[in-house]
Amino acid sequence: MQDVSTEKKEFVPNIVAFCYNWCSYAGADLAGSSRLTYPANVKIIRVPCSCRVNPMFVLKAFQQGADGVILCGCHPGDCHYVTGNYYTRRRMALLYSFLNYMGIEKERTRVEWVSAAEGAKFAAVMNDFVKTVADLGENKRLTDLRVKEGE
Amino acid sequence: MKDVEMKMLERAKALLESGEVARVVAWKKGDFYFDPSPAVFESVEELEKDFVYNWFCGANLSKYLIQIAKKEGKTAVFLKPCDSYSFNQLVKEHRIKRENIYVIAVECLAKLDVEKIKAQGVSSVVDVDIVDKKVTVTDLYGEKTVLNKPDVVLTKCSTCNKTHQIMDEEIVLHEKPARDVDRFAEVVKLENMTEDERFAYWRDQLSKCIRCNACRNVCPACSCVKCVFDNPASGIAAKANDDKFEEQLFHVIRAFHVAGRCTDCGECSRVCPQNIPLHLLNRKFIKDIDGFYGEYQAGETSEGKTPLTSYTEGDIEAKDVFNGEGK
Repeated sequence: MQDVSTEKKEFVPNIVAFCYNWCSYAGADLAGSSRLTYPANVKIIRVPCSCRVNPMFVLKAFQQGADGVILCGCHPGDCHYVTGNYYTRRRMALLYSFLNYMGIEKERTRVEWVSAAEGAKFAAVMNDFVKTVADLGENKRLTDLRVKEGE
Repeated sequence: MKDVEMKMLERAKALLESGEVARVVAWKKGDFYFDPSPAVFESVEELEKDFVYNWFCGANLSKYLIQIAKKEGKTAVFLKPCDSYSFNQLVKEHRIKRENIYVIAVECLAKLDVEKIKAQGVSSVVDVDIVDKKVTVTDLYGEKTVLNKPDVVLTKCSTCNKTHQIMDEEIVLHEKPARDVDRFAEVVKLENMTEDERFAYWRDQLSKCIRCNACRNVCPACSCVKCVFDNPASGIAAKANDDKFEEQLFHVIRAFHVAGRCTDCGECSRVCPQNIPLHLLNRKFIKDIDGFYGEYQAGETSEGKTPLTSYTEGDIEAKDVFNGEGK
């Protein structure tokens, strides 16, 4: 039998990156102005502080079709608001561990500390994360079916 | 339990008669022996008519105080050991005022689950007598059946080793035997499964959810005046939905919201009409918090910071969570 759909489409993951305004967002900027490449399918959402990321933002991103969510904040100790990222660290450690407990692949979630001077790190992290998620395939476990069907 | 009930009734009456308290929060007789419900008593007559304390009084009375204790005058309340943790937690969160409430600590000795008794083939229970681990159940026809206590206690009671954390006076006539059980055993069992198995397990469990919101409504930690699930703009419908992720999202958000505040009173699983083991979600958070940030029991005191409102500089990184460092 001949299969008409033998042409395999390459899977392009949808990545949502929450970037902290004063560090990681500037890091992304630096990556850009340094002409470093990172995949275009990383959708950056700027937040005033990594601590602004409510666990529901992460869930919501997954629900609306993200295949991976990465949170980029300032290095602990370097928070523009002094202590914000310490709280983020606890919150996200617990959330990610919990999502994994519910059977969500642990590779889909990540926290990285990227400072404004680390453009190269930003690009490297994004390349690595996109590759990891692409290998993992589409996120089926945390999506809202209604969103997918409507596309 | 009858001697305890008599003593409780006596004290409740004395407190109301002396005018020391304006009302008593306790349990009231239901239609059957096995379905007492929480109630407010404002007179001695009401107490004499309806007051009850038996092996089926599993309900946690703490949450009711949020509304009731706002009324004028002092409110007396009977608290079992697990309820006293919820009470402390509510005081800590400024949901109730300690000085408005007179706490009477009552013994518990584990409550029974009528569903589990029914599963053993006994229905229409009219009396229960417990000696050590032998539960003698009398049914409507006077027939007596002897059951093994660990088989018929509420799930939340089977791993409980809690003691009273707060009291103005106590009514404890029998000593509570210590249980040699690990409350995290089931969580560990799930952790040791593969991701696929865990996902299958939780999907099976949570797809039973009918979004009746009973878990939210009974939970002493879930006491927000305005709840995100009641907000039509939140994108998470408040009631039954046919989407598979919706249920998971609801339970993830709820579990996260009570993380660090959940006292593990187990009411969520007790009231779930679909028998979803919701306490295993909360226990995962409790286990993680214990493992990552040091032992913490919510409700032990009514002061101090919670794990999610504090930090240390050397906290575990999110990526190390999966390397087995925290476990």
